[in-house]
Formats: sequence, structure tokens, C-alpha cells
Amino acid sequence: MKYLQKMLVLLSVVLLASTTAFAEVPSPKIPKGNAEQCVEPTQEMRVNHMEYILHQRDETVYKGVRTKQHSFKECINCHTVKDDAGKAVNFKDERHFCNSCHTYAAVKIDCFECHASTPTAKKDGKAHAGINSLIKMTAAESNNNE
Amino acid sequence: MKKVNYLEIEGRSRGFLALLGVLGVIVLAGLSGMYYMEHNGHYVTGMDNQIVWGMPHVFAVFLIVAASGALNVASIGTVFGKAMYKPLGRLSSLLAIALLAGGLMVLVLDLGRPDRLVIAMTYYNFKSIFAWNIILYNGFFAIVIVYLWMMMQASMNKYYRAAGFVAFFWRLILTTGTGSIFGFLVARQGYDAAIMAPMFIIMSFAFGLAIFLLVLMMGYRWTERPLGDEMIRKLKNLLGVFVGAVMYFVLVYHLTNLYATEHHGVEKFILAGDSEHTPIFWFLQILVGGVVPLVILYSKLGASRLWIGLASVLVILGGLAQMYVIIIGGQAYPLDIFPGMEIVNSSFADGNSYHAYTPSMAETLLGISGFAVALLIVTLGVRVLRFMPDSLADKDVDPHHKG
Amino acid sequence: MSKSEAASNGLSRRKFLGASVAAGASVAPGISLISVANAKPVDQAISDEKRWGMLIDTNKCAKGCSACVDACNTENGLNTGDEQNSRQEQKAQWIRKVDLRDKLTGHEVSLPLMCQHCENPPCVDVCPTGASFKREDGVVLVDKHICIGCRYCMMACPYKARSFIHEELTNQVENTPRGKGTVESCTLCVHRIDEDTNNQRDPACAEACNTEGHKAMIFGDLKDASSDVSKALKQHSSKAIREDLGLNPGIRYRGI
Ligand code: HEC
Ligand code: HEC
Ligand code: HEC
Repeated sequence: MKYLQKMLVLLSVVLLASTTAFAEVPSPKIPKGNAEQCVEPTQEMRVNHMEYILHQRDETVYKGVRTKQHSFKECINCHTVKDDAGKAVNFKDERHFCNSCHTYAAVKIDCFECHASTPTAKKDGKAHAGINSLIKMTAAESNNNE
Repeated sequence: MKKVNYLEIEGRSRGFLALLGVLGVIVLAGLSGMYYMEHNGHYVTGMDNQIVWGMPHVFAVFLIVAASGALNVASIGTVFGKAMYKPLGRLSSLLAIALLAGGLMVLVLDLGRPDRLVIAMTYYNFKSIFAWNIILYNGFFAIVIVYLWMMMQASMNKYYRAAGFVAFFWRLILTTGTGSIFGFLVARQGYDAAIMAPMFIIMSFAFGLAIFLLVLMMGYRWTERPLGDEMIRKLKNLLGVFVGAVMYFVLVYHLTNLYATEHHGVEKFILAGDSEHTPIFWFLQILVGGVVPLVILYSKLGASRLWIGLASVLVILGGLAQMYVIIIGGQAYPLDIFPGMEIVNSSFADGNSYHAYTPSMAETLLGISGFAVALLIVTLGVRVLRFMPDSLADKDVDPHHKG
Repeated sequence: MSKSEAASNGLSRRKFLGASVAAGASVAPGISLISVANAKPVDQAISDEKRWGMLIDTNKCAKGCSACVDACNTENGLNTGDEQNSRQEQKAQWIRKVDLRDKLTGHEVSLPLMCQHCENPPCVDVCPTGASFKREDGVVLVDKHICIGCRYCMMACPYKARSFIHEELTNQVENTPRGKGTVESCTLCVHRIDEDTNNQRDPACAEACNTEGHKAMIFGDLKDASSDVSKALKQHSSKAIREDLGLNPGIRYRGI
């Protein structure tokens, strides 16, 4: 039942998004992430992103698992949206990746009362080499190999 | 003695509407206080990282404790088989539910994240006395409602004694639980006492009965229904006994504390310190809330309903003062983190002097509105359902009445 | 991770992404790429084979020095000018400096005080929702996702180690999410100590104390006999604060 509901909401979001070109209906402008791929197939993420982050949340908080793939920090790092001045926008801004869609789907989340909604400036890159750079790197490697 | 006839109140008079209006305004004021607090965060209150529970807890715990005591009247009728109290059972149960609802509302609205109430209801840590209390409170509602139903539906009457017994024991556990919230805090000098739980039970008897007496007398006066002198006399004598018992427990509590050296500090702080807690203890809790009511109830003044009403109000005030001293005073006294050491300097107010607390308007209003919510529930309850006997004249309810 | 390592894994980009898709929620392929050989992998759950703890040597702790407090505040984004409205007693303080004088002898010590990461934490016992919990490796934390802000844990803590967030915050640091209406305390910098051995760092306070040259805070695994902290504990006598309460804290002190 919950799944059905979820599917319906998402279906309508996706449908509306894809008809933007033809219709005048307001629709969410969902910014792309700053890489070529998401951490799971896009369609899967559309429907189930909350499952991944909520699962990751408990893994990290209770078990100290610090993998990057589904880490919340990494979602934020890769899904940064910059404003005209080149500064990352925070969750209050309607252009923010998570906000863009959630405002539209009228789903409220409280995550950003606590979690930073923009990447924190890094001092040492090594400890924070995220999945983003990882994918880039892998991509570069495979290009070299081919 | 005739069969008791329960009737809704008419509720068309201007007085009735005015009462609803006044209570409504207080509730609204409380809710705006809470909105202000929750919107801005607790920085707008007098609470901080030392005094973490403030005015809302004073009122909430008082109301929850009183709720259990308000049910006492019904229990006396059902469990102890005193015929005269039986007609009061319904009103007593209604008041108990209403007070608990008022208290819980305040407690919940003072949470840092009241929006997470669902979490409080779905995640339980069974080691936590607080979690047990959540279960006890929900159970109390359920049991008292069933109890009421048994009383109010003729066909269910045969079970009502059993329900009364369950309610009676449940509520004793409930108050023990509430008292234990404090009793379990071993690190706090002011709370570390086994006597806390029984003391809370006896406090509940006194506070609950005081509120019940007021509601009863006002209700019957405003609806112009007869209320017998013998009934009042019995209840006020009972109140006297309970108030005396509370004072006795307070005495024992402080005496045992004075006996244990490690508690001398906190005792001196409450009984002879220079904070507001000392005058609140001696003047409000002991004098206004104990000695004066006892004098009224057991002297000639005790024959007058006006004086009995006043005594009840004083018992309530004294009860709130007692809660204040227990809850705020217990936190104001500095934790003894380093026994035998003097704290010279700390960036987190660990000093050796007590913590000051200045309640804000918002949190106090929120607390007071708990009372208003309870009374609103009672007022509306007696309007729509048959809680109040149309007559409590002695000749109608007292089996020993002569003449 | 070096380029060659990634290459030696022999995954093309397509294969890499394909693998994680096929594995669904499982993250194994991604991880094997990130983690370094013979390191504590970040995908491994913590266990009770470790117990994190600290030995604080008050003889080395300098009066008036607040390097640990400052480092904690910076690391976790506490009091970074964001808690404008809160009064001093309302502001977060995960670690604080306390100066003490023995009432009998007049001997003075200075020490940092924070969550003592008890083995039998009273805050955990009283928490109604289970938000206060102890990790298997002994770190006592608040799961802020289910904290309702009742503050009973603050009442129960003998060390007054917890803070309640009294106002809305912005500009939190990514490693330490914090928000209005929940309770928090020292996390022993779990985000640092959970990392694999190559990236693992001491908690910010201990690191700062070392950098400052005082070396008064030794952090490590109390269950590992060869760790610095275990060795130091074995060598010198130490005490827990409020030892009488039987809470067996993971933070111990010398010289009190
Ligand atoms: C390495 C960069 C990267 C990371 C990390 C990342 N994403 Fe993505 N994500 C993307 C890209 C790129 C797209 C768009 C793909 C496309 O258009 O097909 C995307 C798409 C999405 C979408 C679908 C948006 C739409 O257009 O409908 C969601 C939802 C999403 N991501 C959520 C997340 C969440 C949640 C996380 C953290 C667990 C996350 N992403 C981590 C790069 C990333
Ligand atoms: C493609 C649109 C879209 C994007 C982009 C998106 N979400 Fe969602 N999200 C939804 C929808 C729709 C739901 C509601 C699904 C449901 O009702 O179960 C949802 C639900 C959630 C939930 C569960 C809420 C609840 O109360 O159950 C969380 C948490 C969440 N999203 C977090 C995020 C985060 C974090 C981001 C940004 C990284 C994000 N979402 C980006 C569409 C989106
Ligand atoms: C009251 C504050 C608070 C709120 C609200 C909150 N979190 Fe968290 N979250 C935390 C804290 C604290 C941590 C622990 C950080 C750590 O140990 O690194 C955390 C950790 C996490 C982690 C693991 C760390 C990471 O970066 O991957 C995830 C995932 C997560 N939260 C998801 C969520 C989601 C999704 C929401 C919204 C539905 C949310 N949180 C809301 C405080 C909060």
C-alpha cells in the first residue's frame, strides 16, 4: 500500500517533469548531480532514495559503518546546486536538489534542521575523497584502458 | 435513600458560556506560549542546561499526580464499599481523566521535539521509568474509561467493582512510577530517596481531593443542585487527613536526609538557604499549603463551604509550591561532581552556589493552561454525558441519614 | 586510493556501476574499491572487542589552557557564533575546563570534563525512546533521529555532560549534524575514530592537547593491552570521577 502510494506520487512527479516541454503546468526542475551517474540507477533512486539513506543512517549511527556510497554527506556533496554567484545553495532555497522535488511532492523532511545541506569546505582531501571523485577516477581509468 | 439519577447539566446559562470562554482563553494563552517556545526554541524560557525541567514540569507533574488522587473518591466507593461515595464515582473518574490529559498535554508540549510524539509512542526503552510511565498513562486512560463505562451502562454494572479494583491498583502504580522518575536520579542529591514514591502517592491523595472538592462544590452550586452537608463534611475531613499525612511524609523525608551526611548540603539549601526555595518551602508549601488548611478544616471555619473551598485552593497552591521545590530546587542545587573538592573555576557554571531560575511568561502560561484544559474537559463532559447526580442531598445519598 | 589500485581492480566504469546496481542495496563492490588493504574497513560494523576510552593526566593539563575545548567546538561546529540567542548556560558545551581545589590540602588541579562514556550509563537507562544508547565499542551517543527532547538524560547524568539545543541552527558542519530541540554530548568524535586505519584520527580534543605539547589526553582502545592508553593505565594509578556510583566510565583521570 505504502509502496503503491509512493509509486503514484513519484509517477506523477516524473510524468509532469517529462511533459514540461509541452505543457504549462508547473513542474519541478530537478537539478542533475555533479557527476554522470547517481549511486544507484536514477529510476531506483527516484523511488527509493529514502530507503537507502534511512538504512545508511542506522548503519552509521549504531554500527559505525562509514561507507561512502549511500552516505548522506556524499548525496549533499554531489548534488550541490550553485547559485549565480557560484555559491552552493542551502535547503531553504527552492533550487536545492532535495528541496526542488520535495516542495513539489509536498513531502516534508526535517533532515536539514541538523544536517548540513551544503558541502563543508575541506581541509584535507584525502580523508574525504568521496564517491564522486571515485567515479571520476574509475571513469578516467577505464577510458585509459580502452 | 432513593436511586441515584444522573443528569447532564443544562449548559445554556450565561455563566456556563462565560466559564467556557474563560477556560478557552487560558488554553489559548497557554498554546500561544507553547508556540512561542517551540518556534524559537527553549532559549526563550528560563530553562537551560542546568535547570532542564522548568515550570511546565512543575504543573504537569502536579496535574498527573492529582489525576491519580482524583480517582480516589471513586475508589472509596467501589473498592472500600462506602455507599455514600458511590454517586461521586463518575465525576471522580471524569476529573481523573481530565487532569491527566491536562498534565500530559503540558508535558508533551514542553518536549524539544513535540512533533516526534509518534516516536515516543512507538520506540520504547523498557529500562526507562519514563517509558513505563508512558504506558502507565495510556493504560490509565483506557482503564478509567472502561471503569466509567461499567458504571454508566446498566447492563455492565456487574463488572464495575472489578474494574474499580483494577483502576485502583493501576493508579497506585502510576503514582509510584511518577514519583520514581525522580527517585531514580541517583546523582542528584535532592532526589536520591526511597521515600519519594510513597510520598508522591500521599501527595496525590491530597491534591486530587482538593481539586475534586472544588469542582464538586462549584458544579453543584452553579447548577443549583442540592449537595448535602454530610457529604461535604466527610470529604473535607478526608482532605484534612491527607494534608496531615503529606506533612508527615515531608517531615520524615527531611529528617532522613538530615541523618545522612552527604545530604546535609541540599537540606541546608532548601531549609535554610538564601535562594527562593527556602521561603517557598516554609511559607507556601508548609504554611499556606499545610498548616493553614489544617486549621481551617479542623476548626469551626470548616463548617463553611467558602472556607473549605479556600482551604482546597491553598492545598493546591501548596502542592504547586512543593512540586517547585522538588523539581526546580532539586536541580538548582549543584551536582556534587567532585566530592571533597571545591570548584574554583568552570566554563559551565559548575560553581558551588545554586543555579538561578527565572521562569518566563510563556512556560508559566503553558503550565497553567494544563489546569484549564482539565477543567474544560470536565465542563464539557458533564454537559454532554451523565456524570453528575441531580441531587447529592444527604437524604438522597446517605444510607445513615435520619429524618 | 591510488590510480593503480583502482585500475588493478579491473572494473570499467560501466561494470562498476552495473555491479552496484545488480547488488541492489548491497554496497560491497563500491567498498572494496575504497578501502585499503589490511585496514579496518569502513564497511565493517563496530564490535565489543574494542572499548574506546581515554586517560587524562591532570598533572600535565595546564590551567588556563582551553585547547581541547576550542578544538571540540571547531570540530563539531559548536558555539560558532550560531547560537546567538542562547544564554551562556544554554549554549552547548561538550567539553569544559574545570579548576578544582582540594578542600583539605588546598592542592589545585585543572582538568577537562566531558561525557565519561560510562559502561553503565544512567542516561541510557532513563531515555524513554532509546535514543541515548551505548555503542558496542563503548561510545555513549544520542541517536538524534529519535530523540524527543525530554531531557531526562540530562537529569540523570552525574557529570552534567549533556547539552540541549535551545534554538534553531544553521551552518552546521557536515560531520556533526545538530538541531533545535534535541540533546547532545561528546561523541568521542565517532566520525574520526570510525574511519579506516589510514584515515583514523584521535578525537579533536586529544589531538589538540598533543599539538599543544601537553599530551595530557591519551586516547585509545582500553581492551587492547598494547595500546598507549592501556599501557599508561597499567603503569600509573588512575581514578574515575564519582567512582562511588559504579558507572565504570571510559574516561579516567590521573592526579585527582
Ligand atoms: C557521485 C555523484 C552522486 C552522488 C554521490 C549521489 N547522486 Fe543522486 N544523482 C546523481 C546524478 C548524476 C543524478 C542524475 C542521473 C540522471 O539524470 O540519470 C542523480 C539522480 C538522483 C535522483 C533522481 C533525481 C531525478 O532526476 O528524478 C535522486 C532522488 C538522487 N539522485 C538521490 C541521491 C541520494 C539520496 C544520494 C545519497 C545516498 C545521492 N543521490 C548520491 C549523482 C549523485
Ligand atoms: C525526484 C524527486 C525527489 C528528490 C530529488 C528527492 N526526493 Fe525525497 N522523496 C520524494 C518523494 C516523492 C517522497 C515521498 C515518498 C513516499 O511518500 O513514500 C520522498 C521521501 C523522502 C524521505 C522519506 C520521508 C518520510 O517522511 O517518509 C526522505 C527522508 C527523503 N525523501 C529525503 C530526500 C533527500 C535527503 C533528498 C536529497 C538528497 C531527496 N529526498 C530528494 C521525492 C524526491
Ligand atoms: C536532530 C538532528 C538530526 C536530524 C533531524 C536528522 N539527523 Fe541524521 N544524523 C544526526 C546525527 C547527530 C548523526 C550522526 C553523525 C555521525 O555520527 O557522523 C546523523 C547521521 C545520519 C546519517 C549517517 C551519516 C551520513 O552522513 O551518512 C544519515 C544517513 C542520516 N543521518 C540521515 C538522516 C535523514 C535522512 C534525516 C531526515 C529524515 C536525518 N538524518 C535527520 C542528526 C540528525
